[in-house]
Amino acid sequence: MPQGDHIDLHRKRHGYRPDYFERKRKKDAREVHKRAAFAQKALGIKGKMYAKKRYSEKATMKKTLAMHSERTNRHKADDQVQDGAVPAYLLDREQTARAKVLSNTIKQKRKEKAGKWEVPLPKVRPIAEDEMFRVLRTGKRKSKQWKRMVTKVTFVGPGFTRKPPKYERFIRPMGLRFTKAHVTHPELKCTFNLDIIGVKKNPNGPMYTSMGVITKGTIIEVNVSELGLVTPAGKVVWGKYAQVTNNPENDGCINGVLLV
Amino acid sequence: METNPLAVPANNIICSLTDPENRSLGPPLDLPQDAGPKELHLLINTLLQNEEKLPYAFYINDKELVGSLGAHLKQNRVSVEQVLHIVYQPQAIFRIKPVTRCSASIPGHSEAVLSVQFSPDSTKLASGSGDTTVRFWDIYTQTPLFTCTGHKNWVLCIAWSPDGKMLLSGSKDGELRLWEPTTGKAIGNPFTGHKKWITAVAWEPAHLQSPSRRFASASKDGDIRIWDTTLHKTVMCLSGHTLAVTCVKWSGEGFIYSSSQDCTIKVWETTQGKLIRELKGHGHWVNTLALSTEYVLRTGAFDHTGKQYNSAEQMKEAALVRYKAAKGESQERLVSGSDDFTMFLWEPGTSKQPKARMTGHQQLVNHVYFSPDGRWIASASFDKSVKLWDGYTGKFLATFRGHVGPVYQISWSADSRLLVSGSKDSTMKMWDMRTQKLREDLPGHADEVFAVDWSADGEKVASGGRDRVLKLWMS
Repeated sequence: MPQGDHIDLHRKRHGYRPDYFERKRKKDAREVHKRAAFAQKALGIKGKMYAKKRYSEKATMKKTLAMHSERTNRHKADDQVQDGAVPAYLLDREQTARAKVLSNTIKQKRKEKAGKWEVPLPKVRPIAEDEMFRVLRTGKRKSKQWKRMVTKVTFVGPGFTRKPPKYERFIRPMGLRFTKAHVTHPELKCTFNLDIIGVKKNPNGPMYTSMGVITKGTIIEVNVSELGLVTPAGKVVWGKYAQVTNNPENDGCINGVLLV
Repeated sequence: METNPLAVPANNIICSLTDPENRSLGPPLDLPQDAGPKELHLLINTLLQNEEKLPYAFYINDKELVGSLGAHLKQNRVSVEQVLHIVYQPQAIFRIKPVTRCSASIPGHSEAVLSVQFSPDSTKLASGSGDTTVRFWDIYTQTPLFTCTGHKNWVLCIAWSPDGKMLLSGSKDGELRLWEPTTGKAIGNPFTGHKKWITAVAWEPAHLQSPSRRFASASKDGDIRIWDTTLHKTVMCLSGHTLAVTCVKWSGEGFIYSSSQDCTIKVWETTQGKLIRELKGHGHWVNTLALSTEYVLRTGAFDHTGKQYNSAEQMKEAALVRYKAAKGESQERLVSGSDDFTMFLWEPGTSKQPKARMTGHQQLVNHVYFSPDGRWIASASFDKSVKLWDGYTGKFLATFRGHVGPVYQISWSADSRLLVSGSKDSTMKMWDMRTQKLREDLPGHADEVFAVDWSADGEKVASGGRDRVLKLWMS
């Protein structure tokens, strides 16, 4: 058990021994040799453990040294020719990562005609009608069963007006209506919160497409004017398609991937 | 406006004809209201005793006179109580056809094309690219001619010597190289000395030295170096800027102007490398400079006729004649564009005070360019617009809107009637000075357009950009 810092206290009172520093220097100088002698002598598991410890110590030391001399080092990477050349007038300016100009507008139009896209999610689980809709019983005696409520997320355009309840077969609940989607640009690897323009295709059927039901795998059209994409003719692109990658009715938000 | 022939004496207007620098041509004249540009034309050619009839344009309060005088006055509500000042401005005697179509897109570079320039005599074309090569192109067959390898990093800027016998290129690792345009071989070793990348290069004008021998280069490391091509070494190193030098120009008077990110423009003398003046005024980086005589300095002795010269002396004389004609009796003017969204007009030969401050841009000004006759200044800005200013007073004249991305570079046609601009939105657009409207939309590039150049004979426009192809545009 330690009995207090008596050595420390003595040093504070009377100072170091006159030969303290000389002895310490010699001891330190001898230490290396001692360690080396031990390393050579130690056998078996003891030797292995010691070697491992020394190895890790040396590695950390080397790393620290490299870290300190980082600034003065000459870096090979700087001299190499990098991609993405820019003229002298843009060299000092911060470049925001941006999407490549979409040169495939024609291709996209062709695909649109065929109604087929190469999408990140090629196959989705089909959703049965009784999962999609809930039957609402109406009438005084609640005996009529022709009204349906959509249990999935929907997109309803801004110009939509409800029909009188008598003629309204499908109810799209206010709580499940969405106007925005989180869309990831696959090349930029960043996500934007964009306005939905419309539902292009729901894989479960044209009826759901026309109703604006958004389930996993649905192709939606989003407003990308903020992204600053330009067509080859120099016009700003504002509508692009995206595919929904999550189950919006479970998550409470719409996540998607831009189709480029 | 109908004019009544019976009331002619009452309807006459007292006009005085002045040149753009406000010197009047004789006493005021009594002109009938139905006089138009055609009549004024006859009048001015006789008054100036021109042997050949030269075309002129007439301006009243900076509005061009198109119809008859009376109609113009009524339309623009100009007072006839005072003497009417009609400004006449000589027009180029040749007319350059606007380019309308892409005649060739030549692949070759394997990285973005960063700079494109026609030779002064418009017979050769060179480009520098991010793939570390300089390429020469045959503009007649529209095919690659030579590929010059040697640089170790991106070739940022290229410049033809005013006699068209050498091409200079500067790269990102701070080296400069000279190339022989007829063989595509390097001339000597690289010029080393700069510690960081080259931002701009400028040759000594042909009327001061022919054949071309000296040039100046500006670098990110804050130095300007003057090099000699025959001695193949640095003659002078002009240091004084505390931050990167962004642009350097060699004026026809034998000065060097340099702009820097330390917000100043410095004027250097070229025999001993002394600092003469420091032009202060900008509040942020100065990005670009332009001289009123820049077009003539660049083309040297060569004009739109395509005349070739045999000896260096002839070339020097011809260049001097052209320079004097372009400069006129006025001072050499300098315009600077900056990151503080403004531009300044200077007369650096005489004063360190700016002549005018040009405000209006909403983003940084990336490129400014005087028209070949020095009458207009065009400025390209990141606010997606190109603006047109008066070259003598710095007054704002028009905005050209149409680009949907930042405008990077502009280039004038040799007759000063057309302007072409290249933008980040991957298009080029041509603007007409007379109508001050969009003349032609030139889509075709698949990505940002970094460099645009209009040849001095007006036949072709070359452009290069991030999509790695070089495009040639023709009428």
